[in-house]
Amino acid sequence: MPLLDVNDLTTHFHTRDGVVRAVDGVSFHLDRGETLGIVGESGSGKSVTCYSLLRLIPEPPGRIERGTAMFDGQDLLQMSPAELRRIRGRRISMIFQDPMTSLNPFLRISTQLIEALQTHQDISNKDALKKATAALEEVGIPEASKRVTGYPHEFSGGMRQRVMIAMALITEPDLLIADEPTTALDVTVQAQILDIIKQRQNDLGTAVILVTHDLGVVAGTCDRVLVMYGGQEMESGTAEQIFYAPRHPYTRALQKTIPSLQTKGQELYTIPGLPPDASKPATGCAFFPRCPYPKNRDPMGERPDLVDLGEGHCWAACGYCDSSAPIESVLAKADEAIVDPLPVEVETAR
Amino acid sequence: MLKFVIARLLQGILVLLAIYAVTFFLVAATPGSPFSTERAIAPEILAQIEAFYGYDKPTSERFFTSLTNVLQGEFGPSAVYANRTVTQIIAESFPVSLLLGSLALLVALGIGIPAGILAAVKRNTWLDYIPMSVSMAGICLPTFVMGPLLALLFGLILNWLPVGGWFGPEFWILPTATLGLYYAAYFARLTRGGMLEMLNQDFVRTARAKGVPETTIVLKHCLKGGLIPAITFLGPALAGIISGSFVVETIFQVPGLGQWFVRAALNRDDFLVLGLTVLFATLIVIMNLLVDIAQVALNPRLKYD
Ligand SMILES: Nc1ncnc2c1ncn2[C@@H]1O[C@H](COP(=O)(O)OP(=O)(O)O)[C@@H](O)[C@H]1O
Ligand code: SF4
Ligand SMILES: [Mg+2]
Repeated sequence: MPLLDVNDLTTHFHTRDGVVRAVDGVSFHLDRGETLGIVGESGSGKSVTCYSLLRLIPEPPGRIERGTAMFDGQDLLQMSPAELRRIRGRRISMIFQDPMTSLNPFLRISTQLIEALQTHQDISNKDALKKATAALEEVGIPEASKRVTGYPHEFSGGMRQRVMIAMALITEPDLLIADEPTTALDVTVQAQILDIIKQRQNDLGTAVILVTHDLGVVAGTCDRVLVMYGGQEMESGTAEQIFYAPRHPYTRALQKTIPSLQTKGQELYTIPGLPPDASKPATGCAFFPRCPYPKNRDPMGERPDLVDLGEGHCWAACGYCDSSAPIESVLAKADEAIVDPLPVEVETAR
Repeated sequence: MLKFVIARLLQGILVLLAIYAVTFFLVAATPGSPFSTERAIAPEILAQIEAFYGYDKPTSERFFTSLTNVLQGEFGPSAVYANRTVTQIIAESFPVSLLLGSLALLVALGIGIPAGILAAVKRNTWLDYIPMSVSMAGICLPTFVMGPLLALLFGLILNWLPVGGWFGPEFWILPTATLGLYYAAYFARLTRGGMLEMLNQDFVRTARAKGVPETTIVLKHCLKGGLIPAITFLGPALAGIISGSFVVETIFQVPGLGQWFVRAALNRDDFLVLGLTVLFATLIVIMNLLVDIAQVALNPRLKYD
C-alpha cells in the first residue's frame, strides 16, 4: 500500500468572475521514503494540489469538489477537522515558497519550532527547546543554541528556509510537502536547501513531495515526477523517463526552459504564450493554445486520455493532435518526436 | 530598553517645558486680568492684590518665578477662589476625573477589543455585521449627542439610572458609557482590521499546517500584531478621553477637573489654568510613553532606539 494515494483530486475556486479550475482531476501516489516531484509553470495548480491534501485552501472561495487522498489508509479529504489537525504537523508537514512571510515575525524562532512538538506530544519546555536547538544544528544553522531564541527578522532568506525545514521535520513526519522551497531564494543557496532536504530525508526516511517549476531540479532529487499544466496531469513517470524520454509536448517544452541547460549569457527560454486561464471552462487539451505541434484537433473536443506507456510512464496521449489515431501510431509518433528537436519555431513563425 | 525610556523621558520633559511656556505667555497676553471684577475696586487695593500675586513684576520675571514654583510642585493660589490653592482644587477633583477616565478606558478596551477580535474571526457573519454596524453608529454620534440621548433613554424614559451627580456607582454608569462606548467603537474597528490583516498572513497557514488549533492561532499568532493599530490609537484615545471628559462632566454634572478647566479659562484664573495644563500635559506625555513602550514590546522588529 502506498503511503499516499491521490485519486481524481479536483479543487475549484468559486470566485465572482466564475469557477477557477485550479486542480482538475489529478492522481498520483507516493511510497514511504520516496520523493515525488510536481513540475509545471506558475499557475499549473501545483500549490493548490499540495494545500488541498492538508485542506489548507481558503474555503470559501475554494472547494475540494471530488477525489480521494488516502494517507496510510485514511482519506485526508473526508477526515473531521480534529482528525486532520492530528495529521498536520505530526505525520505530514509542509514548507512554503516564501520563507520571509511564512514565519511569524512576532514570535521567537524557538516558540515556533517547538509548537508542533507541543501541539502533538506531551513534552516539557526544556526538552522541546533542546530538540529545537538540535533541529537547527541539523539544518546547518551556526550557533544554534544562541540563535534559537532570536526572531525571524534576524535571519536571512536562506536561513529562514532552513528554519522552516527544521520546524517541519522536528516531529519526524512520514511526509514532507515542500512547495517550491527554493524559488524565492538566491541561486547560490538553492542547491544548499535542496541538499539539506535530501540529507534530512535520508536520515529520517521521510517521503517528500517536491514542487518546482524547474524540471532540472527534479532530475537529481526525485524518484517520480508529475508534470502538471492547467490543473491537469500531462505526464508522469520516473525521473529518468520524464527527463530523458519525455513524451508530452508540454514536458518537452518545459525541458527547453531548464535554466542550467541553457547557454549562459543568452536570454532564458520561456514557453511562448501565457499559462492557461483556469477560469475558462476546461475542454480539450489544456496546452492547445501554446502547443507548437501541428494541430488538427478540435480545441473544444475531448480531453486526451491518460495512457500508460508501461513501467509507470503515463501521459495525456494527445497523439500530436490526432485523437482518432490508434495507440500504436501514437506511441510511434511520440518516439519520433523525441528524436526530433521540439519545433518551437513553428509557434514563432505563425 | 532603559536608554529608550530615558531618551523618551527627556523628550517628554522638553515637551512639557515648551507647553508650559506657550501656555504661560498666551495667558499673559490675554486681555483683562484675573482681578477685574464687576465691582469697582480702589486702584491702590488692586495694586496691592497684584503685588500679592506678583503681577507687579514684568512678565518674563513672573515666568521664571512661576516656573521655579511649579518645578517645586507649588502651583500657587487660585487667583479667583481666594481661599483655595490650585493643588487643593486638583486634589479634590482629579480623583473623580481619573475614575471616570479609567472606567471609560476600561469600557473602551474591554468591549472594543474583544468585539473586534470576534468580528475578525467570524468575518462576514452576523457576529461581524452587528458589532460593526453598531460601532459605525457609535463613531458617528459625537459625545454631546450620545450623552443626552443616553440620559434621556435610561434616565428619563426608563428611569433606571440617575442623570446627574457623582454619588456612587450607579451615577458612574451613564458618564462612563457616554465617554467609553465612543472609543470602544474605534477600538473595535481598529482591532478587527488589525486581526484580519494578521489572519491573512502566510504564517497563519504555516501554523495551520503544523496542526495548531484555531484559537491558539488567533491568540498566540495573531493577537500581538493584530493589536498594533489599537495600541497606536491608544495615545490619541487617551488624550481624547481626557478632553472628552470636559464635555461629559458638564453634561452629567460630574465634579471633576473638566468643569474647573472651563471655569478657570473663563475667569482668567491664571494659576489654575497653568496648573491644569501642566497636569493634563504630563498625563498625556506619560501615557504616550507607555504606549510607545507597549508598541516596542509587542513588535520585535521595532528596535529600542
Ligand atoms: N485563493 C484563490 N482564489 C482564486 N483562485 C486561486 C486561489 N488560489 C489559487 N488560485 C488559482 O488556482 C490556479 C493554480 O494556482 P497554484 O496552485 O497556486 O499554481 P502553482 O502553484 O502551480 O503556481 C491559478 O490559476 C490561481 O489563480
Ligand atoms: S493534444 Fe495537440 S495541442 Fe495538446 S499537447 Fe497534444 S499536440 Fe499539443
Ligand atoms: Mg505555487
